[in-house]
Amino acid sequence: MHRISCPFCGARDEIEFHYRGDATVLRPAPGAEAEVFYDYVYTRDNPMGWHIEWWHHVSGCRQWIKVLRNTATHEIKAVSKAQDKIEKPR
Amino acid sequence: MASGRYSAFRLLAEGLGGHRGWGRAWRDPAPKPAYDVVIIGGGGHGLASAYYLAKEHGIANVAVLERGAIGLGNTGRNTTIVRSNYLYPQNNRFYEKSLQLWEGLEQDLNFNVMMSQRGVLNLFHSDSQRDQYARRGNSMRLNGIDAELLDREQVRRLVPILDFDNARFPIYGGLLQKRGGTARHDAVAWGFARGADKYGVDIIQNCEVTSIRMTRGWVVGVETTRGYIAAKKIGIAVAGHTSHVASMAGLRLPVESHILQAFVSEGLKPLIDGVVTFGAGHFYMSQSDKGGLVFGGGLDGYNSYARRGNLPTVEHVWTEGVALIPALSRVRVLRQWAGVMDMTFDGSPLICKTPVEGLYLNGGWCYGGFKATPGSGWCFAHTIAKDAPHELNAAMTIERFRQGRTIDEKGAGPFPWLH
Repeated sequence: MHRISCPFCGARDEIEFHYRGDATVLRPAPGAEAEVFYDYVYTRDNPMGWHIEWWHHVSGCRQWIKVLRNTATHEIKAVSKAQDKIEKPR
Repeated sequence: MASGRYSAFRLLAEGLGGHRGWGRAWRDPAPKPAYDVVIIGGGGHGLASAYYLAKEHGIANVAVLERGAIGLGNTGRNTTIVRSNYLYPQNNRFYEKSLQLWEGLEQDLNFNVMMSQRGVLNLFHSDSQRDQYARRGNSMRLNGIDAELLDREQVRRLVPILDFDNARFPIYGGLLQKRGGTARHDAVAWGFARGADKYGVDIIQNCEVTSIRMTRGWVVGVETTRGYIAAKKIGIAVAGHTSHVASMAGLRLPVESHILQAFVSEGLKPLIDGVVTFGAGHFYMSQSDKGGLVFGGGLDGYNSYARRGNLPTVEHVWTEGVALIPALSRVRVLRQWAGVMDMTFDGSPLICKTPVEGLYLNGGWCYGGFKATPGSGWCFAHTIAKDAPHELNAAMTIERFRQGRTIDEKGAGPFPWLH
């Protein structure tokens, strides 16, 4: 069971959240090449280990948050507001 | 050495000798310095690919490299369902080829894979869902695949224990594929391993590939924990970990790894005949020959390689089961586990060439990999041997995403966790 510490609401169960994937891919500028949009929409690093991802606190404050979670162990190391930066551990 | 032919007479003869004469089902060779083809991954798909390379294309100088022991990954972790009831022709023609191979697999392999065609029934719970299922059934029949649309009373005769008058999800009927059913998952891996070995394929266990060596855009071999192995062609069949192995050749793919849970209950007297799926959620169930109910649902829903699921999904899956058959609330579950799924961005697989010459990819099985095992091996062998896809897997490319030709059965969009 994941317990996610929402920066606005505190620690909550994962069932209050919706997942929305890799938070390191950023939407390209509107005029960018098709190839750049292809990478944005479709290709992922899919790491085994630390993964920065979007979760939506849909049954809570309805804010989007960033979570640093380990895909091999399910450990959660950091949670931040959407606009804040999270670094992957080395 | 080789185990000879299996038969009822042989069983009797070996029984009289105290079962001491069976021998190994396949050899345990050390890797040779070079092969014509190296297949990375000794699950059902990798073993089937090697088998059909040898049998259909006469390429037997092949090694299958497996990190652990064969068949202990997703081949041994699925819910053993076999079917070809897909909407889109790119999928249903391929899965139908696979189902046809399943139908002759035991004779072909001389191995009992316990293929049991007891039917796959998809229930629908509203008028609009009936329309949708009728459309899928029509698409199947147009492609020569059996499909029958059953009304409520026909379903009742087939599976009387269902809750037909559930207040929220009453059962209106179902789409039945009689030729669908289940097979023994482990036996498929063992049967293909034994079959491939007979043609001279080397099955090398406890041999993890650590890098793929390339020269000027061509593959030349793999570095492994048991030394360097040269290869003219390399096939990747490691669904669940495709991103990791493909990254060794510099590929970044439209794949994410997610976990899917499965469950087995205590043994019960016969409760349901075939495979039944709940249409108002994602739940599927069959009963094994030992009497245990084998069931599963949807993904946990976040990237993971953990091979274990979390409790919210357990609760969700069982809730669906109880909505379908209220008697299940009294059933105890004995085992629960999870497998790592290669989820693509449209829910359909990859069997294709790659931008690297001599490197071929078989993956992205989402959670449809088991039923595809023989068809996947057959098409992958063709793709490797001819350096070109067969008509049946021609649409299953990486490029389809770039070209806007996705094969999205659910219409869920580019979100792997929703397929």
